Amino acid sequence: MQVFPFIVVAWILAVGLYGIVTSRHLIHQIVCLIIVQSSTYVLLLGVGYVTGAVAPYFYDIPVHTPAVDPVVQALALTDVVVEAAVTALLLSFAVQAHKRFGTLDPAELAELKG
Amino acid sequence: MTPAQRRWAFLAGAAGMVAFYLWGMAGLPGFGNYPGPYGNIINAIAVAQTHATGVVSAVNFEYRGFDTLGEEFILFVAATGVSTVLRHLRGERERSALDEAKDRDVPPTSDAVRLVALIFTGPTVVIGWYLASHAQTSPSGGFQGGVVLATGFILIYLSGEFLVFERISPVNITDAVEAVGAGGFACIGVSAVALGLPYLSNFLPLGRTPGAVDSSGTIALISFFVGIEVAAAFVLIVSELLEQTLLIRQVSP
Amino acid sequence: MNPAGITAVVTPYTVPAALMDTLQVTVLVLVAAGATAVVLTRAPVRQVIVLSGYGLLLAILFMVFQAPDVTLSELTVGAVALPILLLLALAKVRRREE
Repeated sequence: MQVFPFIVVAWILAVGLYGIVTSRHLIHQIVCLIIVQSSTYVLLLGVGYVTGAVAPYFYDIPVHTPAVDPVVQALALTDVVVEAAVTALLLSFAVQAHKRFGTLDPAELAELKG
Repeated sequence: MTPAQRRWAFLAGAAGMVAFYLWGMAGLPGFGNYPGPYGNIINAIAVAQTHATGVVSAVNFEYRGFDTLGEEFILFVAATGVSTVLRHLRGERERSALDEAKDRDVPPTSDAVRLVALIFTGPTVVIGWYLASHAQTSPSGGFQGGVVLATGFILIYLSGEFLVFERISPVNITDAVEAVGAGGFACIGVSAVALGLPYLSNFLPLGRTPGAVDSSGTIALISFFVGIEVAAAFVLIVSELLEQTLLIRQVSP
Repeated sequence: MNPAGITAVVTPYTVPAALMDTLQVTVLVLVAAGATAVVLTRAPVRQVIVLSGYGLLLAILFMVFQAPDVTLSELTVGAVALPILLLLALAKVRRREE
C-alpha cells in the first residue's frame, strides 16, 4: 500500500502511451492522450494524501483536524477543466485535417505533402 | 517503420522509462506519509487569514491566485483557438439553421431523452450557479460551477433543437460574457494595485468566519468571474463544433 | 510510520482505516483496468462511452482520496463535456465520409 498508487500511475501512463503509439485513428489517439493526462491527477492526489485525514474543508469540523494537502488538490482541479479545453482544440485540428486530407489515419497523414 | 517494429521500439523505451520512474518512486516517503510542511501550514492558517472555510478554493484564488489567472487564460486562448481553427475555409458555405432544419431527414429525438434533459436543465443551472458563488464555504468553486452551468446549456440542446440552443446562446453574447469573465479577474488584481497593494491581494472586507456568500473578500468575486468565463468558454466551444457538424457544408471539392 | 506525527482524529466522518485501505486498493485496480479498457477499444464511438465510464471511476477514486472539489470537476468534465466534444467531432468526421 505504500507504493501501490504510484505503480498504478506508471501503468496508466504506459498504457496511454501504448495507445498513442499504436493508434490508427486520430480521435482514438486524442482519447489516449486524455488517459495519459488522467494519470497525472492520480499522481498529484497520491502525493498529497495523509493517512487517517479528512478533506480540507473546515465548515463544520474544528480547524486543527488533520486534513490532506489542499495545494495538490487545487492543482488537480484546474488541471481537469483546462485539459477539456485543450482537448477541444486538438479535436478541431483533427476535424480540419480530415477536411483537408480526407483521412484520419496517422500513418497516412504522415505521408501526405500539403 | 512497420507497425510491429514500432510496437517493439515502444515497448523497449517504455520498459526503460517505467524502470526509471519506479526507481524514483522508491525514494518517496510512501503513500499516506505526507512529510511536506506546506499542506499542514496552509490547513492551520488559511481559515484565520482569509475567513474562507474551503481551503482548496482559498489556495486557488488567494494564495495561488496568479497561477489560476494563467490557467483561466489557457482556457480563454483554447476557446479562441477553437473559434479560429474552425473558421470558414474557402469552398465552404454555411446554410442558415432554418434551411438546414427543413430538409434534414434524421429521426426526431426520442421522447425519453427530451424529457430527462428538460427535467434536469433547471436544477443543473441552479447547482452550477450555487457552485460558482460558494467557493469559500464548501467543495465548490468557479471552475466546477462554470462547467456545470455549461452542461445546463448543453442539456437545452439535447432536449430541443439546435435552433433553440443557438437562440439562447448567440455567439456575440457568449463572447462578451467570456471576455467579461477573463477581464474581470485581471481587473480585480489591477484594482488591488490601484490601492497600493501587491497585485491580486485581498482588499475587500473579509466577513465572518463560517463562510457566507460575502465572506473572504475577493475570493468569492474571483470565483464568480472564473465561473462565468469557464461556462462561456465551454458553450462557445460546443456551439462552434455544433455549427461545424450541422451547418457547414462543402461546396467545391 | 508517520513522520509528521499526525494521528487520526475521530470525527463524525471518519471511516475505519482498514476499510479505507481496501476501498482505495479496489478503486485503484478498477481505474487501472478502466484505462486499459479505454485504450484497447479501437472503435471511436464505443471508446467515448468507455471513456465516460472511466471518468466516473476516476471521480470515485478522487472521492476516496478525500478530494471532493476534484471529484466535482472530473464528474462534469469527464462524463459530460468531453464525451459531447468527442461525439460532435466524430459526427462531423462521419458526415464527411458519407
